Amino acid sequence: MTRLSFLLGFCFCVLLGLPLVLDKYLLGLFIMTFYYAYLGQSWNLLTGYTGHVSLGHALYVGVGAYTTTFLAQKYGLSPWLGMIAGGFLASVIGLFVGFLGFRFGLRGVYFVILTIAFAEIARIVVSHIEALGSFSGIFLDFNPGFLNFQFKGNVPYYYISLGFMTASVIAARAIETSRIGRFLVAIREDETAAQALGVNTFKYSMIAIAISAFMASLAGAFYANFIFYLQPNQVFGMSLSIELILRPIIGGLGTALGPILGSFILTPLSEISRAYFSKGGFEGLHLILYGVLTVLVVLFMRKGILHYVKRALSPLLRLQR
Amino acid sequence: MLALQLVIQGILLGGIYGLIAVGLSLIFGVMGVINFAHGSMMVLGMYVAYWVFIFSGIDPYLSLLLAAAALFALGYLVQASVVNRILDYPEAVQVLPLVAIGLILENACLLLWGPDPRSPQTAFSLASFHIGEVMFDVSRLMTFGLAVVMTLVLTVFLWRTDLGKSIRAAADNRTGAILVGIDLNRINNLSFALGAATCGAAGALLIPLMPASPHLGHDFTLTAFVVVILGGMGSLFGALTGGFILGVAESVSTLFLPATMKQLVSFAILVIIMLIRPQGLFGGKR
Repeated sequence: MTRLSFLLGFCFCVLLGLPLVLDKYLLGLFIMTFYYAYLGQSWNLLTGYTGHVSLGHALYVGVGAYTTTFLAQKYGLSPWLGMIAGGFLASVIGLFVGFLGFRFGLRGVYFVILTIAFAEIARIVVSHIEALGSFSGIFLDFNPGFLNFQFKGNVPYYYISLGFMTASVIAARAIETSRIGRFLVAIREDETAAQALGVNTFKYSMIAIAISAFMASLAGAFYANFIFYLQPNQVFGMSLSIELILRPIIGGLGTALGPILGSFILTPLSEISRAYFSKGGFEGLHLILYGVLTVLVVLFMRKGILHYVKRALSPLLRLQR
Repeated sequence: MLALQLVIQGILLGGIYGLIAVGLSLIFGVMGVINFAHGSMMVLGMYVAYWVFIFSGIDPYLSLLLAAAALFALGYLVQASVVNRILDYPEAVQVLPLVAIGLILENACLLLWGPDPRSPQTAFSLASFHIGEVMFDVSRLMTFGLAVVMTLVLTVFLWRTDLGKSIRAAADNRTGAILVGIDLNRINNLSFALGAATCGAAGALLIPLMPASPHLGHDFTLTAFVVVILGGMGSLFGALTGGFILGVAESVSTLFLPATMKQLVSFAILVIIMLIRPQGLFGGKR
């Protein structure tokens, strides 16, 4: 365990130093990698640990992005505070979706469809609200400054997103090793058995979805102030919901490092292949690669790539198991 | 009068919703798998019909057989190579490869035909006639008629032929089906292929009504979910009736909502039905 933490600490230090040597484009690549790793982690906390599959996580990203931007534009509230407000709003929405799902016993595919339905409802509703820019979306003004969460150059975004990702790993690890984490895994493995043993599965599922929604919405606030443009189809759309679940699946569901590994594999691959293929007029080819990769991982590496990396490194790191 | 016109339009559109949902329902009924690639498969059917029309001038109402055959082959392939391996996985994991296959198909369409909507001018595109004050589009009527006929053909196949009976047996009780000597893998492949084929045919029927575009799939996948949950998972009659109900509801909603919000109605129906009657209107078991 100590060697593993040493290795992770080393990686973290390397990441801390990278802005010294990277140019703007590569920094941007790392920012997107951290961003998707963090987003994947938020989803992983719900689906990876409890097994309730959400295919509508874009809902929370969108709520975070729009709440933060709306409060900043209308009332001049700093995004640092606005994103907390957005986070709580997303949690409340998540709790509502969770309440309907868990209380009414919508399991498996029914829960999946419920989450998709709410994300789509939000997308359509926001598309029709004038104050939120309806279909055409919102452009954010660029006012650099720490309080405005807007910066010149990519370095501050790099450190913020790195911080988000690192915090998410620590949070996931803390939850994983806590009592709650054990209950969540029990729900995933066999909900009925967990209930029989006295685990309040409803309560812990609700806790998981609230935390997960809160985290995802912070990512939305970051996205808004990094991209400077919000459009309902992009931040609430099904494509984002699909995009954000691929990394934890490929990396390894229900592990604190899976989403990170998945993002480090998939994000550069997708960004580079997207740029490369669309230059050659092959738009969409990178998503085909994604799809093939996902199918292959699910068929042949059900536990995700992290499992195999761990096994390969275990003599070196002296991991137990 | 406007209301009557909208109800009729809704029923006509509902026929095609029903046909798409029948395929989804069949696949779910036999294997308990939700085909998240359903809409993308239908879009592929649209493009097949479009291509056939462009290259040979064969009307989509005929080439729907080709589209169905193409999707039948694709469905067979998908089932044999992927879905058969994931049948024993937890439901949560089953979702993912099918979502991924949808992603592959969607972007394959994007790659092959580009992002712009494609719509051919077919023989009946603009023809219409009146009964009293109500207008009927010939193409909508044709689409509706063929969709209903195909659903009936599928029903007769499932109820009257030996093969159809084995499919129903497999849907009813998998272990029992194995015990009486049914080759379950073959039945699975066949059911998925049939479900995909109905999708392909539905796509061909839709091409005279709306332009094909690669990203249409999501909306139709979701519509098919709503219809199937409304009618009851695994019930073909339910899927057809659910299609009519949803078609009418969406169509009539344009009286008091902007047309871009009609999906809101279907999602509202979806959530309500899941909460108060999750087995659907005509579904017996869950």
